[in-house]
Amino acid sequence: MPGERGGGLMADAAVVNLTIEGRAVSVPAGTSILEAARRAGVLVPHYCYHPGLPVAGVCRMCLVEVEKAPKLVPSCATAVAEGNVVHVHSPKALEARKGVLEFLLINHPLDCPICDQAGECELQDYTFREGRAEGRLGPEPKRFTPAEDFGGDVLYVTNRCILCTRCVRFMDDVAKDPVLNVSERGDRAIIGKFEGRDLTHPWAANVVDLCPVGALISKDFLHKARAWELDRTASICPNCTQGCNTMLETRDNMVVRMKPRPNAEVNHYYLCDEGRADYRWMNRADRLEAPLVKQGNGRLSAIDWESALKAAAAHLNGKRIFAVVSPMLSTESLWMLSRLVERSAGAGAFRVRRGAEAPLAGVKDLALRAERAANVRAAEIFGFVKSEHPLEGARHGDVLLLAGHELAPEDLPVLAKSHATIVIGTHLPDEAREALVAFPATNIAEEDGTFVNLRGRVQRYLQARAAPGMARPVWWSAADLLAMLGERASYFTAAEAFAAMAAARPEFAGMSYDGLGLAGAAIASAGQPAGAAR
Amino acid sequence: MGYPHRSHPKETPVLSKHFGDAQARTLEGWKQRGGYRALEQALGMTPADVVNVVKESGLRGRGGAGFPTGLKWSFMKPGDGKPHYLCVNADESEPGTFKDREIMRWTPHALIEGAAICAHAIGAETTYIYIRGEFTEPLRIMEAAVKEAYAAGILGANAMGKGPRIDVFVHRGAGAYICGEETALMNSIEGKRGNPRIKPPFPAAAGVFGQPTTINNVETLCAVPHILVNGAAWYKSLSLSSPKSTGTKLFSACGTIARPGNYEVTLGFPFKDFLYDLCGGPLPGRRLKAVIPGGSSVPIQTMEEAESTLMDYEGFVAKGTMLGSGGVIVFDDSVCMVRMIARLARFYAHESCAQCTQCREGTAWTTRILERIERGQGTMQDLDVLLELSENMTGKTICVLSDSCAAPIVSGIAKFKSEFEAHITGKKCPVSAAAA
Amino acid sequence: MSAHGTDAAEAYKPVFAGAVSGELDALLARYPTKMAALLPALWLVQRERGWVSPEAMVEVAERLGLTPAYVKGVVSFYTMYHTHPVGRHFIQVCTTSPCGACGAEKVVEAMLKHTGCGDLGATSPDGRFTVIEVECLGACGFATPVMVNDDFVESVTPDKVPQLLTQYK
Repeated sequence: MPGERGGGLMADAAVVNLTIEGRAVSVPAGTSILEAARRAGVLVPHYCYHPGLPVAGVCRMCLVEVEKAPKLVPSCATAVAEGNVVHVHSPKALEARKGVLEFLLINHPLDCPICDQAGECELQDYTFREGRAEGRLGPEPKRFTPAEDFGGDVLYVTNRCILCTRCVRFMDDVAKDPVLNVSERGDRAIIGKFEGRDLTHPWAANVVDLCPVGALISKDFLHKARAWELDRTASICPNCTQGCNTMLETRDNMVVRMKPRPNAEVNHYYLCDEGRADYRWMNRADRLEAPLVKQGNGRLSAIDWESALKAAAAHLNGKRIFAVVSPMLSTESLWMLSRLVERSAGAGAFRVRRGAEAPLAGVKDLALRAERAANVRAAEIFGFVKSEHPLEGARHGDVLLLAGHELAPEDLPVLAKSHATIVIGTHLPDEAREALVAFPATNIAEEDGTFVNLRGRVQRYLQARAAPGMARPVWWSAADLLAMLGERASYFTAAEAFAAMAAARPEFAGMSYDGLGLAGAAIASAGQPAGAAR
Repeated sequence: MGYPHRSHPKETPVLSKHFGDAQARTLEGWKQRGGYRALEQALGMTPADVVNVVKESGLRGRGGAGFPTGLKWSFMKPGDGKPHYLCVNADESEPGTFKDREIMRWTPHALIEGAAICAHAIGAETTYIYIRGEFTEPLRIMEAAVKEAYAAGILGANAMGKGPRIDVFVHRGAGAYICGEETALMNSIEGKRGNPRIKPPFPAAAGVFGQPTTINNVETLCAVPHILVNGAAWYKSLSLSSPKSTGTKLFSACGTIARPGNYEVTLGFPFKDFLYDLCGGPLPGRRLKAVIPGGSSVPIQTMEEAESTLMDYEGFVAKGTMLGSGGVIVFDDSVCMVRMIARLARFYAHESCAQCTQCREGTAWTTRILERIERGQGTMQDLDVLLELSENMTGKTICVLSDSCAAPIVSGIAKFKSEFEAHITGKKCPVSAAAA
Repeated sequence: MSAHGTDAAEAYKPVFAGAVSGELDALLARYPTKMAALLPALWLVQRERGWVSPEAMVEVAERLGLTPAYVKGVVSFYTMYHTHPVGRHFIQVCTTSPCGACGAEKVVEAMLKHTGCGDLGATSPDGRFTVIEVECLGACGFATPVMVNDDFVESVTPDKVPQLLTQYK
């Protein structure tokens, strides 16, 4: 209860039966009334409660009526008792919530027209459903305190704050870095930091997600889009091997924000600052939009897919392929590429960018990982060698196949020596203009696919925006090449490609897109049989 | 007793017997006056026996809640292998209350003795005396007395040479009324903001530093030595009305009254006699108008209600209020009730810890409305709003500061409506000559 | 009680050095956690320097294994810690209702006038005094109680104010 994380249950085999809003529900002893209500399909309005944070019980929104109890009880902080009859929407409970909303609104500024939270604001939502129709603050002026830049991505608009303290509890208990405080007392209280010390913790921006109102907002997202204009698509953060589950939010086909999607096995409720800020490359406009083939005059010109594939197949037939791939390609794509490499008795490698690791101390096994790409594990499964100098092996092959690889300056001399280069990628760098064929590829926002995270968890991501021009997922181009070279490889969807991979590779045996759902599952070689999704 | 420290014949001086006697402060002086016999006796008893004596006596918490003390002590489970703690609540900040200050100034060893007996009874090796930061004189005196007690071997590793370790430390507060709330007091000792905690868990299960803790008021603990020496039956016999209210209580009388001061009476004493006889009634030329009998957090009484009240826990409840801390605030006909209530609301707004929405916003909002009414800019709707806000502030928060702010507002508007109306419709204060 | 602020050009000198450091160590022995020594440590800071500066908060935080933000959150909760320099003699007058009914406001007026402060919270031009109103000081029967630094003066009336102030140079 208070002090315990909201989502955790006490280890107790006993079951408690109670009735909430007329629905019978049975939950383990120690469950809070609020969580029991959730299980019964009843939402108890609340602000300060969050399943990832210790219970505070301060906002007082979650007060419910329990028959035979002398007072309304805070459902987030009260454990169920056998036979409880709980009313969430009784006149008394509604009156209490209406009262809390009124108290919150008297000093809350009428910022909705300029507040980023509008449309996804819990104060708006509950006030609309249950609040007073009119304010009755007399001539008293509203309290005013200037906004404060907390540093990093976080802006604190003091006037909007409802003092739920989720942000303080997150920094204290989850980030284990108590750099946010509550200052002053009474209605002068505000959230603060220490002067001169900015919010630089690598997971600090999660307070923006946690804030139920527009008090803590993202500077990156400031005045960029309205919440109701956004389409939201389930995805996986591509920026390191942790595989945090995300929501890609798009407007007019542009990715404008990446937010965490809860997954108890991977990232709980959180996303690191570096990961969530790194989405702009998904919107790059300087893209390969059509297949290109080098003509007799030595220049690349755009051409239809069929012709381009024929040209590439002609170059690849009977030749040994050396492939340098990106560890950010989907599992399906990497598998197809590995099939191309294997049948040619070739080899492949990849480079992965590295950075400082940044754990979220209060969550088991969650960190911004040193390897800054989502699918290193899959690349290794399929035999691609991790290397600082991935192009070194090119001299052992006849054809150099660059698939999604980001060229570094040291790659260029090797690249220059290659007589036969084929590129599959989202863009064609100038240095690669000697390529014989270039195929336009989709990036992760523009396709369905899967990644395998560092713990061997296979997770799906869904297409969030339309692909530019004639770009196709890499697995599709690679499969068509295989087909041209005489292999059986005909897939129309990523699901089909995945199914074929699952049939062919023991690590993925028994898995399917339907089975993975949006929660993912561990691969067989991670020490367990391929698990079903939760 | 009134100032300067002369007992009124109708008082029952038990705790206050040595007020005004500077000799009683020293260890020697205290011993000469019978001090530390009770502790000696208690240390020769089992903790369970000590608890039973206190239970039998009917002693109830004198800080404001009136919870049966022996019962509270019995919640501390012996032999659980956890360090037990005693916290002495000397944070006395309830407006109208100034009894613990006098106890500590004049009889510091009484508190040490009472606390040590309790520490033995509940198995607490460590006791913290939490004294509000403003009480600089009691702080000095208590520190000196504790030092004396250690030097004499009364406190320390082998209390009185008999047995348990009893350590006592004085801990200074820093200006927060809310730290008188028992869970906020514990948080304050731990070095945190003085925020009250949600209960459960209760202090006896998980208190200061997460360990089993008992919190007792100064006056409560000072009654304990007398109970041990004179017996539970003696204490129970000190009861003039309800058998559930036993012993004596120091009532702090203040405000517009002839003889303000602390008066110790047996519970059940007639309030009328207290006000007009012990305290000397109104100042010359004035008439008493209202009383808040239990510190400012209890409902205001009209004189009609007060004059028929018997001063014990049940007696005050029967007359629409509560005994609370026993801080008797008296207002006469020269005092504007609207102004007093507005000033009380301002007090609560200043002291709110800011956790609960209703308290944080409600105390401030009601203050502003009341001050506007006092200035002559209020409306009749404001009274309806105040009553509705008070309803929303009652019974819905972690602690009762919010309820305490609502109590004078609700009782004030109900019982002194004419004064509010005068400010609103007449736009002037009916009491003071000038316009509002 | 001294009341020097820190000169911007002057480097901050630690409070917990020498004997004061020993006092802090003795305090730490009283509690099972370092955090519990926070309020007593802050009192030591205020005793030595007259107020609790941001640099002092950093020092206390380091000594007790806390963050400066945490220390600041605690300091700002408790009204007796000064977060800026004040007059040499800090005067607190109780004006809560029991004292309010007994003329506390007149005492405040007299204080503001005779100290030369003019406004509540302002320091007098000669740096001698700062006057504020406070909530209930727990001496309601001895209205009006006034604190001057650590001195607790009972039963102050407006006519006693000038004489009282002469004691405080």
